Amino acid sequence: MATAIRMRSLADPPVAGAAAAEAAVQPASLRNVEEVMTPPLAIKRHDVGGAPPMAPAIAQPAMGARLLGRLRTQLGSLALSVLSIGLLLGFWYLGTEYRWDFYIRFTNVPTPGEVYTEFMGLIGSAKFQANIGISLGRIMLGFCIATGLGVLLGLLCGRYALLKGLLFPALEVLRPIPAIAWVPISIMLWPTTETSIVFITFIGAFFPILLNTLHGVAAVDPVLIRAARCLGAGEVALMTRVILPGALPHIFTGLAVGMGVAWVSLIAAEMISGQFGVGYFTWEAYSLIEYPHIVIGMLVIGVLGLLCSGGIRLLSRLVMPWQRVGTKENA
Amino acid sequence: MMASEAKAAKGHIDLRDIRVSFTQNGAALDAVRGVTLDVKPGEFVSVVGPSGCGKSTLLNIVAGFLKPSAGEARVDGLPISGPGADRGVVFQQYSLFPWLKVRENVEFGLKMQGMGRAERESRARTLLGLAGLLSFENHYPDQLSGGMKQRVGIVRALATGPQVLLMDEPFGALDAQTRVVMQEILTNMWQQLRLSVLFITHDIEESIFLSDKVYVMTARPGRIKAEIPIPLPRPRTAEMTSSPTFMALHRQLKALIREESLAAMGGELKEGGLGQDWHLGEQGVGAL
Ligand SMILES: Nc1ncnc2c1ncn2[C@@H]1O[C@H](COP(=O)(O)OP(=O)(O)OP(=O)(O)O)[C@@H](O)[C@H]1O
Ligand SMILES: [Mg+2]
Repeated sequence: MATAIRMRSLADPPVAGAAAAEAAVQPASLRNVEEVMTPPLAIKRHDVGGAPPMAPAIAQPAMGARLLGRLRTQLGSLALSVLSIGLLLGFWYLGTEYRWDFYIRFTNVPTPGEVYTEFMGLIGSAKFQANIGISLGRIMLGFCIATGLGVLLGLLCGRYALLKGLLFPALEVLRPIPAIAWVPISIMLWPTTETSIVFITFIGAFFPILLNTLHGVAAVDPVLIRAARCLGAGEVALMTRVILPGALPHIFTGLAVGMGVAWVSLIAAEMISGQFGVGYFTWEAYSLIEYPHIVIGMLVIGVLGLLCSGGIRLLSRLVMPWQRVGTKENA
Repeated sequence: MMASEAKAAKGHIDLRDIRVSFTQNGAALDAVRGVTLDVKPGEFVSVVGPSGCGKSTLLNIVAGFLKPSAGEARVDGLPISGPGADRGVVFQQYSLFPWLKVRENVEFGLKMQGMGRAERESRARTLLGLAGLLSFENHYPDQLSGGMKQRVGIVRALATGPQVLLMDEPFGALDAQTRVVMQEILTNMWQQLRLSVLFITHDIEESIFLSDKVYVMTARPGRIKAEIPIPLPRPRTAEMTSSPTFMALHRQLKALIREESLAAMGGELKEGGLGQDWHLGEQGVGAL
């Protein structure tokens, strides 16, 4: 249909310059009075062989120098990180080695060395691994349900004011209640301890995800919705192809926050309801006076939390490749 | 070829006695009143007028985003019931989907029509090639300049083969040089595709250069103050902008708009409580 179209591309010689040059040699009849009265301009054109076509990839000048500078700043921050963690370990070591007992008491706190040797012994134990596996399983389940429900409800409530009006007053009443406060009622509500722990993890993650999704929907540029409707998008296509991708940056903020709260809620639930998991392991170590295990439990929880939020960051990069292009240019 | 000839007979925009009122602070205010506007199939028509006179409002009616409070709005004899792919729209703001690459943006409307992947892709690539954008097909919108984004926007609006193209100050955000190039690209496309264009602009020169007919609107509430045919021959060239006819049209339009801009500002100053009385507006119109 459109085979005959010929268009001037931006890569052609600049039009404005050409027009100016042609105007200078125009017959007088076409010019207006003011132009005739001004003497013709002596325009000297430089031969630049046409503007070079704009290459998609722009060559970066002084790559080596940039890389070196980058390396230096990275080495600097690495040194600082090592120093920072070293200071923490040093403080722990000194406090436990000299049995500091001045208001805060290090008397029963295990030394870094004790913790390390205990950890080496524990790491191969099937029970310890099972505890980690169980906690991860609970997080995954609770968090995934929270993500599915939170994003779905967030999208729908963001788009349909009626649904939001119906759901939100109730949700607003429940929202300020911390997930930990749900523990007793959750144990009563659900048939097994397992489900009640997953439920508490879910509650922790659900509200940040829901609210951020809602913000994300509100932040979608209305002109994009109009554009999509002009291009023939129906309600479903609008939801899945415009509103969802448009809200994704906010949704991922919600996922990151939700993951943090999910861990807090999970550990608390495990400590209270007492059946397996790293939270249970940590609390049990205290009851059984296996003090090095307390620290091991804490460190494991920290590392798992870190891995989970790292996973979400990785996922967000994979799912939103367009988010990186804008920043790359001004980097 | 047959298809494009048959299409040339379509794309007739017909607004009759349109009134649009918005309720602001409980009071109904007319944004647009008694507007009758006509775009024949294949015609390029511009609307100019002072800021806030209701140009976008008119375009939104044709696009199907807004229902007039009174009057009739038809395209090809059928009342406008909502937005649709038969009317392409290019917005003043950049409106490309940031999460889609350039080609995917162009394919969006085709996908909505249920066109198969291979056909979609080849069609989008053809159109992008014509617009000189093929080497950017895999770029994200954030990697493009403003002029390129707007070119992709035009290509995207044309991809579904609409009979009508609606443009709301599409080049408003571009620098003067890019603007000139974009105008040439647009005239080229319009001449090849033979579709009807309703073009909204602040720029008098642009409206003359591009159009077959220019409507001038009054300050709010917007009415049609003048309908000016542009008798310049086609194809239009850059030299024509200094021809006597062009200059005369320019002067005429400038005078008309200046009056209305003053009237609009006078109204605002009065509303602002400055107590100034400009004695313009209706008197100014009559004095013409
Ligand atoms: N949704 C709305 N509610 C209330 N008033 C509105 C609404 N939309 C537009 N208006 C008013 O209607 C008038 C016309 O608006 P419109 O956007 O059509 O003007 P315009 O000619 O496109 O202006 P500009 O040149 O600045 O883009 C303005 O005075 C505006 O304040
Ligand atoms: Mg406008």
